[in-house]
Amino acid sequence: MARGLGYYIFVRALMIIPTILILYTIVFILLRLLPGDPILAVVGTRNIPPEQLENLRHMAGLDKPPYIQYFDYLWRLLHGDFGVTLAIPMGTPVKNYIFSRFPATLELTIFGFTISVILGLLTGTVAAVKRGSAVDTGMRLYSIIAYTLFIPWFGLLLQYFFGLVLGVLPTSGRLDPDISLKTITGLYVLDSILTGNIDALISSLAHLVLPSLTLGIVLSGAYTRLVRNNLVDILSMDFIRSYRARGIRDWKITIYALKNAFIPVITLMGLQFAILLGGAILTETTFSWPGMGTFIVDRIDYRDYNSIQGMIIFFAFFVSLISLVVDVIYALLDPRVKY
Amino acid sequence: MRIVDRPVDVLRSFLRGYLLARVPGVWMLRVGFGIVLSIILMAILAPIISPYDPARRVDEPYLPPSWKHPMGTNRIGQDVYSRIVWGSRIILYVVFLATALSMSIGIPLGLISGYYGGRIDRVLSMVMDSMYAFPALILAIAIAAVLGPSPSNTAIAIAFVYIPTYFRMIRGQTLAIKNSLYVEAAHALGAPDKTVMAKYILPNLSHTILVVFTLSVADSILTEAGLSYLGLSVTVPTPDWGYDLRAGQPFLLDGMWWMVFFPGLMVMLLAMGFALIGEALSERVSLAQTR
Repeated sequence: MARGLGYYIFVRALMIIPTILILYTIVFILLRLLPGDPILAVVGTRNIPPEQLENLRHMAGLDKPPYIQYFDYLWRLLHGDFGVTLAIPMGTPVKNYIFSRFPATLELTIFGFTISVILGLLTGTVAAVKRGSAVDTGMRLYSIIAYTLFIPWFGLLLQYFFGLVLGVLPTSGRLDPDISLKTITGLYVLDSILTGNIDALISSLAHLVLPSLTLGIVLSGAYTRLVRNNLVDILSMDFIRSYRARGIRDWKITIYALKNAFIPVITLMGLQFAILLGGAILTETTFSWPGMGTFIVDRIDYRDYNSIQGMIIFFAFFVSLISLVVDVIYALLDPRVKY
Repeated sequence: MRIVDRPVDVLRSFLRGYLLARVPGVWMLRVGFGIVLSIILMAILAPIISPYDPARRVDEPYLPPSWKHPMGTNRIGQDVYSRIVWGSRIILYVVFLATALSMSIGIPLGLISGYYGGRIDRVLSMVMDSMYAFPALILAIAIAAVLGPSPSNTAIAIAFVYIPTYFRMIRGQTLAIKNSLYVEAAHALGAPDKTVMAKYILPNLSHTILVVFTLSVADSILTEAGLSYLGLSVTVPTPDWGYDLRAGQPFLLDGMWWMVFFPGLMVMLLAMGFALIGEALSERVSLAQTR
C-alpha cells in the first residue's frame, strides 16, 4: 500500500480540518454556554446607552441566533477574518495583531524549543551512559525539578541574577530602544542578519537569552527522561555489543545509539510544542515580550472575549500545523512508519 | 493476589509496603510525601501558625525579611509569611476541586468509550484528542476569562483541561483489560455492563489512576499558579501564591526579591512534592506490570 509521501502528507493535512472544527466548536459552545454576558463583561459597570450595547453586540456577531453565529464566524475564519477587538482600540481586526505579534512568539518558541531539545539530549545521554550512578540520579532529579519550575518565578530569578546582580543581560523587550531595525519577517534575529545590522543582531540575541533559557530549561525535563530511558534500552542491544567487541570508541557508540533513540523524541517534540506555547504565554508576560501571549493577557484585562476567541482559534491552527510537520518528519526518518 | 483491589487496600498497601519499604527510589516517595503533607498541614493550621492577618496592612511596606517578618512585607505592608501560609488554602482548594471534577467526568467517559467501542468511542476520542493536543494553559485562560476571576471558576477551568488526561488513560487501560478472563467470567455470570465496569474493571485501574492523579495534580498546581499570575484566579486582598508573585514583580529589579521569591518557591515545592510521588509510583506500577 505504498502510495508515496505526497499522498500521506495530503491525507494528514486533511485531518487538520476536523481537529480545528472540534476545537472551534468547543470554544464556541464554551463562550456561549458559560454564565455571563460577554458584552456586559466588556462594558463592565459603566452605564452605556442601549444603542451602543446593540452596536457592540453587532460587532461581536452576537445579535443573531447561535447557529447562524456559528456558521457566520466559521465562514469568516475561512476568509482569514478572526473578528475584531471589542475593547480599546475598538473595532481593530484581530488579524492585525496576529500579524504583528506572531513573529515575536515564534522567535521565542524557536529558541526555547532548540534549547530544550539540546539540554534534554545532553542530560539524558549523560544519565544513560552513567546509569545507576549518582550522576544518573542527579539527572533524574534535574528532570523533575525542571518540569516543576514555575515559569514566572524562574524567569524572575534569572532576571534578578543576570539583570540586576550581574547586570549583563536585558530583562525585558526584544530590542534596545535606541536601535532601529527594518522589519522584514518580524523575526528580529533573522531580520538583522538579512539587513546586515550587527548592533541589532547582538541586541536581539541578548534579549532572547533569558526568556528562551527560561522556556528551554523548563521544557527540557521531559526530554531528559525520555532520552535516558530509550538510550538505556538501546545501549543494551546486540548491535551495540558488537560495536564494543570491534573496539569502537565509547563516544562513537553513544552517537550511533542516539540516532536510534531519536525517533520517540520526535513524537515528544510534537506534544511538547503545545506545552511550549502555553509556557510562552507566561514567559512573555514575565519578560514583557510583545508576543501573542502578552496580547491575550492584555485582552483579559479588558475582558475582550472576541479577541481571545480569535487568538485561540489561531493557536489551534498553529498547533495543528506543527503536529502535521512533526508527523511528516517522523515518516521521513523512520522507514517503518506506514503511509 | 485478589482479583479486585479496593482503593482502601491499595492505599494501605502503599503506605505499609512502599513508604516504609526498602526499594530504590523510595526516597523520592518519602520526600514527596513530606513536602505535600507539610503544605497540607500548613493550610490546616493557618490560623495558628500565621502571626498576622494576611489581608491587612500590619507594618511599613517593602520591609526586607527580619525576625519580625521572616519573609518581609509587600507593597501594601502585609506580612508575606502570613500570606504564604493562608495562600496554601486557596491553591489546594482550587487544585483538589479541579481534580475531583475532571476525574468524575474523565473516568466514566473513558470507561464507557473503551468498554463499548464503536461510534461513541470514535466521537469521544476525537473530541478528547483535539483538546489534549491544545495548549492546556491557553484553554484554561479562555475558560477562566469568560467565567470571571474566582477560585471556584478557576477550578472549573482547570478541571476542563485535565478531563482528556483521565479519559485517554482510562480508555486505553479499559481496552487492554476488557477481554481478560475475569471480565468474561463476570459476563458469563450475567453481570450487567454497569456492574462489570464499576466492580471489575475500574478497581483494577486504581494503581494507574493514582499515578495519573499525582502527576496531573502536579501539573494543575502550575496551571493554577499560572492563571492567578495572569490575574485570572483571585481578587484582592485574597492571599494567593501566583497572584502575590505577580504583585511583587515590579519591585524585583529594585532589589526587593522577597515578594517574588517566596510565593514562587512554594508553588514549585508543592508541584515538586506531587511530581516526586508520581514519579516513584509510576516506576512501581510499571515494575509491577512487567513482572
